[in-house]
Amino acid sequence: MKKILTYISLAALALLTFNSCKNESVDKSEDVAINEIVQPEFTEIESETETKGYIIGDEATDFKLKDVNEKMVSLSDYKEAKGFIVIFTCNTCPFAVASEERMVALDKEFKPKGYPVIAINPNNPEVQPDDTYELMQKKAKEAGFTFPYLYDESQSVYAKYGATKTPHVYLLQKEDGKNIVKYIGAIDDNVRNASEVKDRFLANAVNELLAGKEVSVKETKAIGCSVKQ
Amino acid sequence: MKLLPILLFLIAFQSCSDKKSKPAVEVAMKKNLHDEEEVFNPNKVISLNFEELEERYLQKKNDSIYVINFWATWCKPCIKELPAFEKIASEYSNEKVKVLLVSLDFPEKLDSQVVLFIKKNKIKSEVVLLDDPDANSWIPKVSEQWSGAIPATIIYKKENRKFYEQSFTFEELETELKTFL
Repeated sequence: MKKILTYISLAALALLTFNSCKNESVDKSEDVAINEIVQPEFTEIESETETKGYIIGDEATDFKLKDVNEKMVSLSDYKEAKGFIVIFTCNTCPFAVASEERMVALDKEFKPKGYPVIAINPNNPEVQPDDTYELMQKKAKEAGFTFPYLYDESQSVYAKYGATKTPHVYLLQKEDGKNIVKYIGAIDDNVRNASEVKDRFLANAVNELLAGKEVSVKETKAIGCSVKQ
Repeated sequence: MKLLPILLFLIAFQSCSDKKSKPAVEVAMKKNLHDEEEVFNPNKVISLNFEELEERYLQKKNDSIYVINFWATWCKPCIKELPAFEKIASEYSNEKVKVLLVSLDFPEKLDSQVVLFIKKNKIKSEVVLLDDPDANSWIPKVSEQWSGAIPATIIYKKENRKFYEQSFTFEELETELKTFL
């Protein structure tokens, strides 16, 4: 027992020495941020569980997630809907923020036609403190969200869908009671500047579905913030 | 039971003695910053569209290994892994390893965010800003595997090329780099 204690105290001593070694090399002025990150204990190894997620034509799972108004929301609640515009988004990612007005506009344009927007925040607030449920409530209010903004608390829904980033859009169409994935990707071809959009990928896809056509551009790519697991 | 403290001790001792036997990375980086003549000038971060980026940096045919990291100042996991890239750049500078950090910050934030960040953190690797809004057209040209999430990294030497949509620790990055050496 004594021996163990000795080892522990030795280890503690060594850790102290180790820390002081670190400190020596830290410039005291202003570059603390990056040097802190160099310390091994800050370097977490992310689990690289490769979940592929949905491809076009897959049946998307329904879910039951808490909206910012405390109510639980499922796709099955929407009896009249022809489909859904599911957008994984979050509070502060600059690309998500730049898309907020467009999400509201999409909901306004397509909810009456049977394709409401359903927004889901997939981020773990322990990793991304700006994405707590309370701050989601604030965001929904400030940005004037006219659609549910759901909290993927167990982080299970985004993983099933295969969303890797925010914003990340999944367009679903109801077919025989199933929600089939028809389009995956970006809202349009210019996240940064709505006034310079040339191609409204998502709106085009919804309009094609409404016209009974096949979606012509089924997948697009955009830069986004990685989902914080 | 006994092993844990011994291990802890060894690890701690190891890292400490490492620092004494050879200069610590941070120290080395700073030294290079001051001594090296051709230091990347943070005031000269250039903006490129994808075509220019591709032409200048993504298809070099020389003997160097290029490590190209896509990041942004607002991207937390990107910032977290930058020290690994800086360390690779400094430790492998003799092995013809070149690190380029491609910022995807919004162009209007170049001075207020990117340049400030580089100066504050004394980033030594070259930084360019990719200013090309139509990401759908160029993301697949970087890699068909890329969903568009950052951080993302390419390592290439001539025709040999690998793409990673993930975060790196120094050890993970070094392991990948070694497959090119």
